[in-house]
Amino acid sequence: MTSYALRRLLIAAPTLFLIVTLSFFLMHLAPGGPFDDDASLEPEIIANLQAAYDLDKPVAIQYGLYLGKVVRGDFGPSIIYIDRTVTELLTIGLPVSLKLGLAAMILALLIGGTLGILAALRQNSSTDYAVMSVAMTGIAVPSFVMAPLMSLLFGVILKILPVATLEPRGALAEAVPALAPITPYILPVIALALPQIAILARLTRGAMIETLRQNYIRTARAKGVGTRTIVWTHALRAAALPVVSYLGPAAASVVTGSVVIEQIFQLPGMGRFFIQGAINRDYPLVLGIVIVYAVAVIMLNLIVDLIYGLLDPKVKVQ
Amino acid sequence: MALFAAQREAHETLLSDAAALKGRSLWEDAARRFRANKAAMAGVIVLGLITLGAIFAPSLSPYTADDLDWMAIAAPPSLENGHWFGTDDIGKDLFVLTWMGARVSLTIGVMTTLVALSIGVAYGATAGYMGGRTDNAMMRFVDVLYALPLLFFIIILVTVFGRNIYLVFLAIGCVEWLTMARIVRGQTLSVKQKEYVEAARACGASPAAIIGRHVLPNVIGPVIVYVTLLVPTNILVESYLSFLGLGVKEPLTSWGVLISRGANSVESTPHLLLIPAIFLAVTMFCFNFIGDGLRDALDPKDR
Repeated sequence: MTSYALRRLLIAAPTLFLIVTLSFFLMHLAPGGPFDDDASLEPEIIANLQAAYDLDKPVAIQYGLYLGKVVRGDFGPSIIYIDRTVTELLTIGLPVSLKLGLAAMILALLIGGTLGILAALRQNSSTDYAVMSVAMTGIAVPSFVMAPLMSLLFGVILKILPVATLEPRGALAEAVPALAPITPYILPVIALALPQIAILARLTRGAMIETLRQNYIRTARAKGVGTRTIVWTHALRAAALPVVSYLGPAAASVVTGSVVIEQIFQLPGMGRFFIQGAINRDYPLVLGIVIVYAVAVIMLNLIVDLIYGLLDPKVKVQ
Repeated sequence: MALFAAQREAHETLLSDAAALKGRSLWEDAARRFRANKAAMAGVIVLGLITLGAIFAPSLSPYTADDLDWMAIAAPPSLENGHWFGTDDIGKDLFVLTWMGARVSLTIGVMTTLVALSIGVAYGATAGYMGGRTDNAMMRFVDVLYALPLLFFIIILVTVFGRNIYLVFLAIGCVEWLTMARIVRGQTLSVKQKEYVEAARACGASPAAIIGRHVLPNVIGPVIVYVTLLVPTNILVESYLSFLGLGVKEPLTSWGVLISRGANSVESTPHLLLIPAIFLAVTMFCFNFIGDGLRDALDPKDR
């Protein structure tokens, strides 16, 4: 188990290096630069600016300098947010995005998993069809359609939840003050989780049906084991395998989805900095965010791999 | 001689009878199963209608995509003034815009999938056929890419190199081939071990000939299923880009562009969001139903 974990950790380092390198050269090899639009500036000033951000040097040297700084934990200064370092911007954006993403993942896993198990246990019943139709809708209607509709309904018409602000407003925050601090996150988290709930429900249902057909389940039934025990102690562990292995890709889609959700709900997360940075060619900002996102996704994949190793006895043998 | 003639005649009737008999191929069986699937057939019909609409519907409207109707700004749908889906905030006819958007969204879905298909099939077939260390290295690389938020690369590509529609094709296609490669590689690995491939190799067929003649036809079933699921995924990816303001540029429009503009004014003019969103969702449903139907038809053991 330890060697398995170590091997996984060893793959993580080159992966991260690959991402940094790819994004760096993608951004720098394209024609143009961050100061192209400033026609009002004197050429000397532009030259000074370029020098300040090391942009006057050959790309290979810039790459070396950048790697050197990143290894020491310095992501450099932002170009569009003047007088701010990328690290400062990340400390503003990361907590918001992290809360949003983690909450959405947990919600998706709880609801998607439960729905999937329910549907599998009552296969071809009306419960099954209802769950699957909801799941199909969740896949067909993208989050950037659901989000504005939900904020219209719950924010503008019903006035239950706050919209496009981090301040607790609306009926829920007034009725239950204890919940007030989380009210601004409720709609974004649901919007972000919906597509994942749909996919996880379908996956769990399929895996559960497959598992319940296995001979060892039939043996347990024949011995007179109750449904509850069969589901919780016998079937769930095997059925969880395909679901657990989807969590890595799920994390990647939650991360990309949060970019749009932060935009719609005007949350000051990393996604908004990323889009601003990419449009304005703020190289250090974009690279810094890509690195943080990549580390998050890689760590989650690592955790997923370890859980997989714990669940699946076959992995330990290898 | 007469004896032989009778015998020959008997043989000939037998032969012509045999020629008249038509066996049912596996493909015909699959087609039969697919036609029996109501949801999938409904998907085919609705999708066909949407495609026809994308081609012909814009010319049915009294307006064109460039007309600005100053008498009807952000008007709700109405039969009287010819704005069947209403108008947007600058008086453009939403009926025409939605169908023009359908053209772009469907084209992007198909083109990006073709790019992904070519890369994925070539990569997966090579890895699966070579096997061993090459296969291992190639698939490890796919594993690494799989875990990444690849949309970020699309965003970087599109912002840095400009929002050109061909670049959007290429960027999405270059990112969405991973699952295709995995499917093709898995199938290839199993086909490779079959006796007829060994026979072909013994006859001196080149690896390229074996891949083209024996491996690819066997891989085609799962690939078709995945293609029908990849088209809607890619339409969604384009909508996502357009929503962020990074998709196709004026004068082109897509469902994503329309949805994103509609989302800004959802309180006052909900039809600007709802109508393109319904078109997008219906298209997603169709492709998903067709994909599920194809999977059941081509792989009956899974039912």
